[in-house]
Amino acid sequence: MSEEPAGSPLDPRRAPGCATLAAPGIEPRNGRKLPAMPASDHLLTTREMARFVAEGYLRFDALVPEDIGRGVLEELPSLERAKLRQFLGKDPEAPPFALPESRMPLSRCYRDAPALGAYLRLPAVQGIIASLVGPDPLYDHDFVHHLPAGSRHEQHLHMDAVVDSTDPTFDIQLFYFPSEVRPGEGGTRFVPGSHLRRVRAEGIGRYQHVLGEQQYAGPAGTVLVFHHGMWHAGQPNPGPDRWMHKIRLNPVVPQVRLWNQDDFAGLHGDASDHVFATVTPGSVAERLRKMQPWQQGHEARYELMQRTRLWRHLSGDPGFDVDYYHTRLEGRARTLEAPGR
Amino acid sequence: MSLRQQVLTLWLAEGALDTGVVGWAFHDGTAGRGPGLPDGDPPYATGLAALEAGWILFQVPPPPAVVPGDEYATGYLTNEFVFERRIELAD
Repeated sequence: MSEEPAGSPLDPRRAPGCATLAAPGIEPRNGRKLPAMPASDHLLTTREMARFVAEGYLRFDALVPEDIGRGVLEELPSLERAKLRQFLGKDPEAPPFALPESRMPLSRCYRDAPALGAYLRLPAVQGIIASLVGPDPLYDHDFVHHLPAGSRHEQHLHMDAVVDSTDPTFDIQLFYFPSEVRPGEGGTRFVPGSHLRRVRAEGIGRYQHVLGEQQYAGPAGTVLVFHHGMWHAGQPNPGPDRWMHKIRLNPVVPQVRLWNQDDFAGLHGDASDHVFATVTPGSVAERLRKMQPWQQGHEARYELMQRTRLWRHLSGDPGFDVDYYHTRLEGRARTLEAPGR
Repeated sequence: MSLRQQVLTLWLAEGALDTGVVGWAFHDGTAGRGPGLPDGDPPYATGLAALEAGWILFQVPPPPAVVPGDEYATGYLTNEFVFERRIELAD
């Protein structure tokens, strides 16, 4: 997180539940002073969105206040029992719990769980959600990931659901850890930058280790926001009981420039940002070029093309490019349509 | 004496055996009675380094297919090299 300016939602020094800490502005290429991060309306900034496109996740340390976390820890066992009763037919004595239904607007969910509702209604959380999938997205599903103390259960690496469509739309999944998770104590393992790979859910289980993978550890109240394609896996838990609430949300509006636009013009750039010609320091392109340790060599070019494609969609700019890969091909193809051919 | 197989899969950055390891998996038919992997992430810097350590290469990946309309898609790790070691165990 060290690359993020002080006060950013990505900065672990950020105050719980608050997205408005003052922070120094940043100098874009044209010298215009940009507003402090994060945006005062709780929406993500262009810089944060570029990071999400490049890495497939954002992390917000200690975002949810501890009093809400204590309430969530009281609610999660009931939600877990209700889920398992439905899932496995176990625990017929589980108390009733109003499980949200798929396609329900998020604002109508968790009538029986005021603390979970309070977490999801935090302005900072609402801002993150609205920036990525729009305001009041649809509930897809949730799950309580409870790893009892000493659990040795270890998942293979996987991504959730089935092979994706080829369009650039995406869901998000929020992983909320109401308690502190110490290193090695059951934090989710994940592979940054894996989200744009088209794979079958179980087809990546053969990768026991990927260079640069992470296992989450962090303070109570931390929220990880994943692109739904992120490769991840549950891990053994030699520590105390570990609870995590995961929720998947579907967009209902075009995912185009939903975030705070104050820094957009200064960072967005155009198709001339080309590492073999001229580059623009501090641009979105520069951020998208930053690869993960496992994304080496020529393979990184294809990764960059996929990131560029997603940024084109999010920015609403079909002419955007990084390092000219798309533009070169598209320009040549247009000559086939030229008059007189 | 009985013979057991250890299998090491290395995913390399590119199709050449001397490029860097970006992913790995180890399956041990000796159930821990044979030698393990060296410490380090990754255990070998390149596929060639595994050869030099005595691993026998038995699968080389074909070049990635260039499928019209899908030329720039990314998916599974492409450069999958598989090695083995055969270990004699005392019965």
